[in-house]
Amino acid sequence: MSDGIAVTVDDLGKRYRRWPHGSVWALRHCSFELPAGVVAALVGMNGAGKTTLMSVVTGLLAPTEGAVRLGDDASRVSFVAQDKPLYRHFSVTDMLKVGASLNRVWDQRRALRWLERFQIPLDRPCGRLSGGQQAQVAFAIALGSCPSLLLLDEPLSNLDPLARREVTKELLGEVADTGLTVLLSTHVVAELGGVADHLLLLAAGTLLEQGDVDDLLASHVRYVGPRSDTSPGPGQILQARHTDRQSTFLVRLASDSAPRVDPPWTTQTVTLEDLVLVRLEMARSGVRGVAA
Amino acid sequence: MVEFRVDRSGGLPAYLQLVQQVREALRLGWLAPGDRLPTVREVVAASGVNPNTVLKAYRELELVGLVEARQGSGTYVKATLGTASPELMVELRAQLEKWVHGARQAGLEDEDIHALLGAVLAGDMKGKES
Repeated sequence: MSDGIAVTVDDLGKRYRRWPHGSVWALRHCSFELPAGVVAALVGMNGAGKTTLMSVVTGLLAPTEGAVRLGDDASRVSFVAQDKPLYRHFSVTDMLKVGASLNRVWDQRRALRWLERFQIPLDRPCGRLSGGQQAQVAFAIALGSCPSLLLLDEPLSNLDPLARREVTKELLGEVADTGLTVLLSTHVVAELGGVADHLLLLAAGTLLEQGDVDDLLASHVRYVGPRSDTSPGPGQILQARHTDRQSTFLVRLASDSAPRVDPPWTTQTVTLEDLVLVRLEMARSGVRGVAA
Repeated sequence: MVEFRVDRSGGLPAYLQLVQQVREALRLGWLAPGDRLPTVREVVAASGVNPNTVLKAYRELELVGLVEARQGSGTYVKATLGTASPELMVELRAQLEKWVHGARQAGLEDEDIHALLGAVLAGDMKGKES
C-alpha cells in the first residue's frame, strides 16, 4: 500500500440546468483528499449529491467549477453505477468480452474468479439474471479492469443480507491483495463499522464531515447525567436532549482534550450512526459552521 | 488461533475491538507467547474487516509490546497479560464471590452491581490521577 494520495478534490461544484430556465447546484464547494488504499464511505440522504460527486470524480461529468486530480496511485478508475448497467441480451461470457475489448488492461481470471465465487451462470443472458446476480456481473467486470480506484454507487442495495456480507468481505480481500482505493456510497451507516475507514458525509451538495472514521469516533462523546442546561464537560455541543430528570449532550472534543466529567455524569462512546444522524439533523435545521 | 468479531454498529472503533480481543485471548490463555496471529489477509477473509483496520490493531499491539512483527513471517505474540499469580487470582475471586453474594442478599441486581463496580473503578482512577 502506498502513502500517496489517490484523489484530490478541490472546491468542486456541479450545476445542472433546469428546463426551461434556471439552474440548481447539485454540488458546491467540495474539497477533500482520499489517501491511497482507504475504503471510503460516501454517506448522504437521497438527493444529497452522491451520484453527481462520483460521476464527476470518475470523469463522466465535467465539473462546473473546481477540479479533480487523480494521483499516481489511482491511474485506473472503475465505476459501477447504481443501476448496474449491462447489455440485457448478452450472456455473462459476452459481457466479459465487452470488458476485455474496452479496457487496455484486463484480467480475465480475476473477473471469472469473482463470478465463480458467487456461482453466476456464465451462459445466461444478463437480462435473465436476478438483480443480485446482475450486480455480481458488474462487480466482476469492474475488477477485471484492474482498477486502482474503484467507485461503487450503492453497491449493496439490491443484495440480500448474506450476499451483502460476502460481497463486502470479497471487496476488502481485493483491497488487501492489491491496495486499491475504494469509494462507495451508501445510506446504511450501521453496516460500515470495520468496513470503511474513511467517511465523506454529504448533505444538499455540501460536505458536512470528512476524515478518518476512528479519529471522528474518538473526537465525539456523549455525556449523560441529571437534568442540566449546561454541558458538564469540555467540547462543543452538537446536540442537547433533555427529559424531566435527565440530560444528554453529544459534544465534539478539541483534538487534545479528553472527556472529563464528575459523577453522577457518565460518558458514552458515540457510534458512527449517531454522529451521522446528528450532523444530518443539524444540517436540516440550518445549523452550520462546525469547524472541521 | 484467534477469530476476530467486529460489532459493526458499536461505538468502539473497530481496531480497538480487535486489540481488546487479543488482550482478552492473552488474559484467558488462548494466546501464548510464540503464537502467530492470523495474517491480515486471513482476518479479512474470516471476519470481513478492512485490512487497514487490522494493520492498525497490530501496530497498536506492537506499540505496547504485546506482539512483534517478524519480517516476512508474520506477527507473533511476545508477552502475556494477567500479572497476578494463580493463587492470588483464586483468593481475589473468592473475595469477589463473597461480595457478590452479599450484594444479592441486599437485593442488588446484575445491572446495579455493574453500575456500582463502574463507579468504584472510575473513582479509583480519579484517585490515582490526582
